Amino acid sequence: MKFALLVNEGPYQHQAADSAWHFARSALAKGHGISRVFFYHDGVYNGTRLGVVPQDERHIPERWALLAKEHGVDLVICVAAAQRRGILDAAEGRRHGKDADNLAEGFRIGGLGQLIESGIEADRLLVFGD
Amino acid sequence: MSTLHLINKSPFEKDAFDSCLRHALPGSAVLLIEDGIYGALRGTAPGDCLEQATEQQRYVLVEDLRARGFGPEALVTGVQLVDYDGFVDLAVAHEPVQSWL
Repeated sequence: MKFALLVNEGPYQHQAADSAWHFARSALAKGHGISRVFFYHDGVYNGTRLGVVPQDERHIPERWALLAKEHGVDLVICVAAAQRRGILDAAEGRRHGKDADNLAEGFRIGGLGQLIESGIEADRLLVFGD
Repeated sequence: MSTLHLINKSPFEKDAFDSCLRHALPGSAVLLIEDGIYGALRGTAPGDCLEQATEQQRYVLVEDLRARGFGPEALVTGVQLVDYDGFVDLAVAHEPVQSWL
């Protein structure tokens, strides 16, 4: 079965990102597919590559990136939510005249169209948030 | 197929739990995750409500129960424990999956 996930909360603040990741990992281990994880609202903070996490603690952005690398999960950050919160990929950074970008590897910037598409194409869309 | 309701909030903090139980149709399933697990504790008013909601299948995510310092003995009767694999199975068996955010 094909799942899509929507994550609406940032890492280390709310359990949503952890719950969604654990669900994704179990679903993949059981042979299901995760077609996309869409990060919206404060969920876009899951996609920063500048987070420095103590070594004995879970690194949430890297956990997501590993799912993308090993299972081809499409990690999409909402462009409008991301720009407001200072999450930019290289192209967006240049376009807005910023001197840096911070989107983590494995993530990409997208729009709500991708969320709607997931709702249509996936067998189930699960929402994790507050 | 019937709905899987996901509750992730404590009934002592928000009214998602009450709203869900009022709206959940017979035959649907309710899974308590995150702070939602507080709705299944024995000796509480929300726990009594959940115990009486016998027309729904009721589940608690064991990882989130354990993370909050509780075990199965703290739960009201009629509630089943599931792990994340069980969560996935429930999401497969039910459609849609409705989060009460």
